[in-house]
Amino acid sequence: MLTILLDGVAYGMLLFLLACGLSVTLGLMNFINLAHGVFGMIGGYATALLMNRAGVPFLATLPIAFLLAALAGIILERTLYRRLYGASPLDQVLFTIGLVFMAMPIANYFLGDQPQQVHLPPWLSGRLEFQGVGIGVYRLFLIGVCGAIAAALQIFLVKTRFGAQLRAAVDDARVASGLGINVDRLFAITFAVGSGLAGLGGALAADVVGGIDPAFPLKFIVMFLIVVTIGGSNGILGAFVGALLLGVLDVAGKYYVPSIGAFIIYFVMVLTLILRPQGLFARGDAR
Amino acid sequence: MSATASVAARNRLAAHLRRRERWRWWEIAFWLAGLAAIFAIPSRVGLINEILIAGLFALSLDLILGLTGIVSLGHAAFFGLGAYAAAILSSRGITDPILGLLLSSALAAALGLLTAPLLLRGSDLTRLMVTMGIALMLGELANRNGWLTGGADGLNIEMSPVLGLFPIGFTGQRNAALYSLVVLFVLFLVARRLAQSPFGLSLAAIRENRLRAGALGISTSRRIIAIYTIAAAYAGAAGALLAQTTQIVSLDLFDFHRSADVLLMLIIGGPGYLYGGIIGAAVFIVLKDVISGATPEYWEFWIGAMLVALVLIGRERLFGFGRKAIGRLAPGHVQA
Repeated sequence: MLTILLDGVAYGMLLFLLACGLSVTLGLMNFINLAHGVFGMIGGYATALLMNRAGVPFLATLPIAFLLAALAGIILERTLYRRLYGASPLDQVLFTIGLVFMAMPIANYFLGDQPQQVHLPPWLSGRLEFQGVGIGVYRLFLIGVCGAIAAALQIFLVKTRFGAQLRAAVDDARVASGLGINVDRLFAITFAVGSGLAGLGGALAADVVGGIDPAFPLKFIVMFLIVVTIGGSNGILGAFVGALLLGVLDVAGKYYVPSIGAFIIYFVMVLTLILRPQGLFARGDAR
Repeated sequence: MSATASVAARNRLAAHLRRRERWRWWEIAFWLAGLAAIFAIPSRVGLINEILIAGLFALSLDLILGLTGIVSLGHAAFFGLGAYAAAILSSRGITDPILGLLLSSALAAALGLLTAPLLLRGSDLTRLMVTMGIALMLGELANRNGWLTGGADGLNIEMSPVLGLFPIGFTGQRNAALYSLVVLFVLFLVARRLAQSPFGLSLAAIRENRLRAGALGISTSRRIIAIYTIAAAYAGAAGALLAQTTQIVSLDLFDFHRSADVLLMLIIGGPGYLYGGIIGAAVFIVLKDVISGATPEYWEFWIGAMLVALVLIGRERLFGFGRKAIGRLAPGHVQA
């Protein structure tokens, strides 16, 4: 019981890392980025390839995964995404699906369609028994790392000047820019950090989802969107709670009622949209 | 004075509606070309059948996106439901294709009616999510209820000949394509009539400005529900056609990429004038056939590149010229 709960929490933490960038992009610029999973894939591949081909230790690959994904994010943002900020949702969806369709064959072309495995170091791969509750060490590691990152992000958002500017821009970008906040630059930085976090999430998720393969961005689109939907799109906290809820529901649902499987999470998503179209944790006065 | 003015206005309106109704020469040529293709290229008749079915599917999306301006990322829900309904009906003994088609289509319409109220609230983003969620839910249901749907293995089915005369399927691929063409044509006629009716005009009003349409006295919610139900029936018919003519259904019918593909087809052909979906389906499927013939794994790349280019260059700029030319001829066109 507790094992499942912890597994669910670990999975939820991963989803949070993968999706929090998306949640901020959506809140900040009303931009629907279906290609967010591509950055996760970049991070995952970076870790897998560095470990398997260059023999870099696992922990050392994680910052590289973050940086590579962030770099890819900022390049794409400056060259392509920014042209579409004012576009209709349909155009944004078409454009980002197009990016996903392009990224998958590129990955396939250079790296093959076999999943690239990430082999965890021995100190991360065992199981712990604690008062009769078994939990994988790696799951604990995930909870620790992701929890720390989530806490850091939240503190950053609440305590720093940049965080305050970001929150202001999420609330109302036009007024924020009128107050002299450089929303354009703010968005570029946030986009890069969000992409980097997705990259880190992809690197950490590689083991849990059975390796990184070219279909990764497409497989996870749905999960991301559910996180954002449940959590609402204006804050780290909403995305965090949404991701945890989704992780626990998904793992527990697949364990206790395997006959309906993933049905539960889709159902919860649609239910959320019916009852609270702005997301569970959005403030009531959302536009 | 005002009476004569209103009579004149009504006459002008009637003349305008009649003008819209008239068949253009290129419309007739379009359908004759479709018919001719089936007889002229017997070796690729399977591909033509695929185009016709995808065209019907895209036409159904055009009803909600092109005519009414409602976005959807989950149109595969109705397509898949129609296909599975047709397959399950035939595996339970109802092997008559036309009866199966009607029942499957009605079932899809029922789902459309049931889910349409979910589209009335929220933003475009909400609608994209809700429609996608429903398609995924159905896919998962089909996956988990193997006793009914065959689960991951899908279903293989046998169909009776159409009208008891024309066998469809592997032995009668030409018949299958003709059957699809007839269904597509009949449904197209209905859609054309619908688009030209006052009902169709009210949908255009909703598309252009829902608030203002409401202020004009159009009950927008009801009309959105109505057109969504009709579109669901069309998508269900397309799914049923696919199941009946290929005699196989599988879980990928509900996949996200189905919904994305059909959206892409409609965008390629241009939404809003009913032929766009069919033209887009032809372009899409022929391109897919040609590219995947050369590089089977990488054809998605070119589709993706096309989408990106389409959006960056701008749909209006790319197709605006063609649409303006066609728009003047098109049945749904409103003279400004």
